[in-house]
Amino acid sequence: MARILMKGNEAIAEAAIRAGAEGYFCYPITPQSEVAEYLAKRMPEVGGVFLQGESEVAVGNMLFGAASTGMRVFTTSSSPGISLMQEAISYMAGAHLPAVIVNIMRGGPGLGGILPAQSDYFQAVKGGGHGDYRVLVLAPSTVQEAVDLMMLAFDLADKYLNPVMLIGDGMIGQMMEAVEFPEETKSKRNDPNKSDWAANGAKDRKPRIIKSLFLDPNQLEDNCWLLDEKYEQMKREEVRYELYKVNAKNKILIVSYGTMARICQTVIDELENEGFSAGLFRPISLFPYPMKELKEEAVKKNIQTVLTVEMSTAQMLEDVERSVLGEKPIKFFGRTGGIVPTPEEVKSKVMELLKPKKKANDPRGKKRGTNVK
Amino acid sequence: MSNSTNVIFSRPIAMHDTVTHYCPGCTHGIIHRLVAEAIDELGVRDKTCGVAPVGCSVLAYNYINCDFMEAPHGRAPALATGFKRMRPDMIVFTYQGDGDLASIGMGEIIHAANRGEKFTTIFVNNAVYGMTGGQMAPTTMPNQKTSTSPMGRNVDQVGYPIRMSELLSALVTPAYLERVSVHDPQHILKAKKAIYKAFKYQVEGRCFSMVEVLSTCPTNWGYTPKEATKWLAETMIPYYELKCFKDPEKREGI
Repeated sequence: MARILMKGNEAIAEAAIRAGAEGYFCYPITPQSEVAEYLAKRMPEVGGVFLQGESEVAVGNMLFGAASTGMRVFTTSSSPGISLMQEAISYMAGAHLPAVIVNIMRGGPGLGGILPAQSDYFQAVKGGGHGDYRVLVLAPSTVQEAVDLMMLAFDLADKYLNPVMLIGDGMIGQMMEAVEFPEETKSKRNDPNKSDWAANGAKDRKPRIIKSLFLDPNQLEDNCWLLDEKYEQMKREEVRYELYKVNAKNKILIVSYGTMARICQTVIDELENEGFSAGLFRPISLFPYPMKELKEEAVKKNIQTVLTVEMSTAQMLEDVERSVLGEKPIKFFGRTGGIVPTPEEVKSKVMELLKPKKKANDPRGKKRGTNVK
Repeated sequence: MSNSTNVIFSRPIAMHDTVTHYCPGCTHGIIHRLVAEAIDELGVRDKTCGVAPVGCSVLAYNYINCDFMEAPHGRAPALATGFKRMRPDMIVFTYQGDGDLASIGMGEIIHAANRGEKFTTIFVNNAVYGMTGGQMAPTTMPNQKTSTSPMGRNVDQVGYPIRMSELLSALVTPAYLERVSVHDPQHILKAKKAIYKAFKYQVEGRCFSMVEVLSTCPTNWGYTPKEATKWLAETMIPYYELKCFKDPEKREGI
């Protein structure tokens, strides 16, 4: 198929259609409303369900109901809306339901702003809602990757019977890039009547109860460990990451994801032209986090410092610390609140690490040493 | 069994054979049975999915014998919406109490009704939060004592009880709305007809239906079962008028 120029939000919407999604529930919020606008026209064309709900609380729960049919369903929102969906996400995880949730992140906390941010990292990868559960989190750094991961997200949701979250910052949603879609495939649609777990009518079988309620603590504990088994399997089978210009000459290993990682690539290219060597470790799956793989790169002799770069006040940093386990000094650079760092800013931080000089205490360049918990 | 013996009364197929967890004198059991009878009579058990609420009837799936989803508090209409939109060929109903539907789930029920979602809601109004131990609900009667209104519901501070059927009947979208009671056999028969109709309209793909059922809670009201039915008749019914507010067949209220 030909490459076409498409906005991230619309590409994500089309990718879901190609992945066989048949139900989409939404509530308008900047910077992701184009997904809903696109699907309001596109879903009826493929015979799917498009529904704008009355709130993100309702939309999350519509998704819960829709997922219980065993068909491929999804929603998209942005940070404040995703907070409101945490109730349903927790219930869906507890009830072993597959669904795809897209968060086109904007700056927070609270109403925050509408510009790109990565400040929902903790919410996405550490649970978000209440209870012992995780969602599988994928973070694209290009529009094409958003398309590819969106399609993968549906497969993984079905594989694990667990919500999968795609997190992109506002930049991923709003920018236009050339994308290519795999062929449309209706074969990916799930036949709800063939499902061996969905509520599809208790005909010639016992009723199926889709629930997260277990009043007996032994049963609830069993369910939690059953969930945990899935998360352990994800850690074994779903770790995804990418290396950029990682080699034996690197003195600095930059760890960054999403849009921020792309800016870091520019920084690495520019440094290379100036005779300095840095490499990029880009996690693609944020849960499961590529801990072992990151540590392997970080402990290499040539690496002097690991630099975590985020559009937040340091959230992924904690996972970097957990991975590197004090083997190397870890530094942080971040901008937040909707500010996307320029390559120059990041570069000057890297140069500061390569050629240390005393600087005033700048909260944007948190000094993080090797004393990790 | 001799040939002359005819079965004139039995447990509905859509009802599990199990021991009840409801308190003595509670009318949930009657309402469960009326739902099961309607499902049986329409022959839709094997394509029905219920949505259980949070409240005393959270375990409705232990009694009503069909597929079920267990919703977060108040969100049953949102789950039912998502499910029914994906599976319009299936029969979907929510079974919700007054704390669930009229308090935390107010937004979900109004919008589902207003969109004309083609599912059925059984709304059990017993004027109190039952499962959590008898706290004040939006439907608690003026001056009614509960654990969070120990001096009685003070309408100057917390307003008057919400009449959900009246509130929903103000919506333009055609719907079937009726309030019934199950405090005596005569009213149970009327309730049965209403619940049957609410499911029938869904089977016919016609409209959103809600039947509000006035129900007793002797334990949390602090009455014997007999006193409770009397209190329902004398205190609740004058405020919660028993009537059909809207019916697509009769074009009432349109």
